[in-house]
Amino acid sequence: MGELSSVWRESSHRYRLVAHGCGNCKAVYFPPRDICPKCHRDSIGKMKEMELSGRGKIESFTVVHDVPPAFIRQRPYVLALIRLDEGPTLTAQVVDCDPSEVALGKRVRSVFRRVREDGKSGIIQYGYKFVLE
Amino acid sequence: MTEVHIIGSGETKFGEMWDRSLRELAVEAGLKAVEDAGIYSRDIGILYGSSSLAGTLNLQNDIGSLLADFSGIASNGIPAVRIESSSSSGAAAVREAYLAIRSGEYDVAMVGGVEKMTDIYGSEILDIVGTTLDREWETFFGGTPAAMAAISARKYMHDFKVGKEAMSMISVNDHANASKNPNAHYRNKITLEAAMKSTPVADPLNLMDCSPISDGAAALILASEKFARSVGKDGVRIKSSAIAQDYLALHSRDSIYTLNSTILAGKTAFEKAGLKHSDVSFVELHDSYSIYGLMELEDLGFCKKGKASELVMDDIGLTSSLPVNPSGGLKAKGNPMGATGVGQFVEGYLQIRGKAGERQVKNASTGLLHSMSGTGSTSVVHILGGA
Repeated sequence: MGELSSVWRESSHRYRLVAHGCGNCKAVYFPPRDICPKCHRDSIGKMKEMELSGRGKIESFTVVHDVPPAFIRQRPYVLALIRLDEGPTLTAQVVDCDPSEVALGKRVRSVFRRVREDGKSGIIQYGYKFVLE
Repeated sequence: MTEVHIIGSGETKFGEMWDRSLRELAVEAGLKAVEDAGIYSRDIGILYGSSSLAGTLNLQNDIGSLLADFSGIASNGIPAVRIESSSSSGAAAVREAYLAIRSGEYDVAMVGGVEKMTDIYGSEILDIVGTTLDREWETFFGGTPAAMAAISARKYMHDFKVGKEAMSMISVNDHANASKNPNAHYRNKITLEAAMKSTPVADPLNLMDCSPISDGAAALILASEKFARSVGKDGVRIKSSAIAQDYLALHSRDSIYTLNSTILAGKTAFEKAGLKHSDVSFVELHDSYSIYGLMELEDLGFCKKGKASELVMDDIGLTSSLPVNPSGGLKAKGNPMGATGVGQFVEGYLQIRGKAGERQVKNASTGLLHSMSGTGSTSVVHILGGA
């Protein structure tokens, strides 16, 4: 698959955690959304870009052993749901630690890393991962 | 509005069928259903095909046309479209067929669900089943269906102080029932100890918590009350049908162990049927991962939130007060995704007519079927029988 444009298109969100804030109710969305699920029509044209701090805590996590081809060299990896201090929750890897150190509620911060490389095209795709604080 | 009856069903064996193609599987199930209903192809007014992944797995789309063509009815010119809603595609297709008849537009509708999954080898299948999640914000970062289920499982076990036994019991029960189902993918019984100690997949889930990669097809013939009577068939009535949505990605939901789509679809299905939980003789649950079995029993209202482990550790076998997955469920009957939801109807149709052989639930009059997409983005609930 030609992934170049789909990767490039999301780079501000994946590199710098650029979220969308609703100008109507002030809720923050990451991944970004063009319509606020609370305000619906009242949010149209009022979603504003904002950069998140990248700090938050682990809601839950797993250690993935059965991994897709693009992640074989990272096996096993910790995949977590992370609730960011600004409100939204995202899905990301927790790295630079032993899986046994990861626990529910632990504080984490985002780092910029190589996320995956895709087989035939060999394109290296970057984005956020998280480390324990 | 007319009532809708199932008047025929058919399915292939579920499993690794290296010598059978996508179209062969679909045609086998379809022919069995037509034979079982005792109708002719000219009676069929509309056909719904369902497949979750054929476009990426087999590089074949337009499954509706494929089914009509190789069932030999292309020249009849009847509408034949594919319904896709990830792993609930089959149940969603049955619902469309139900609506087509209920509206009065058609007298007879056919549904054919199929998935041919074993043509992809090794871990590449994870790229394909990963398309059932949010590709850009879950799968891109290493999410797999098992990993997302495991994330729900860990928080569930922590918050409700539930051990792994309860999840494993869902799989033990599936295998026990599948041992009595000749069409099941796995017919071996497993012990609780073996289930708990199997190969890790996504901690805390291991191999025995995960439904397999299966080939298979299932088909149904639905008919209006008038048509069913005209061919002397009572069939089994679809008492109610409901579908509901939730956010696509797990991280967007308020609770990662509450299936809002299941709560909504379940509630609507019971209300429309005018039935209570105590009226249900058996349930077929979408336990693609064992944790979902627990969450679904709760969110369908069969027990309080966090309490499914008590129900499951007590008894959910064929002779219990609430037999779960008499077919063997997704874990042991198998999970050929586009066929899975249709296969639940095949089981319901057999059970309510007392034709389920060794795995027959005694006095099975009312069955609840639950099918779900991915981590719970869509839930489809049907209630059968209700007499």
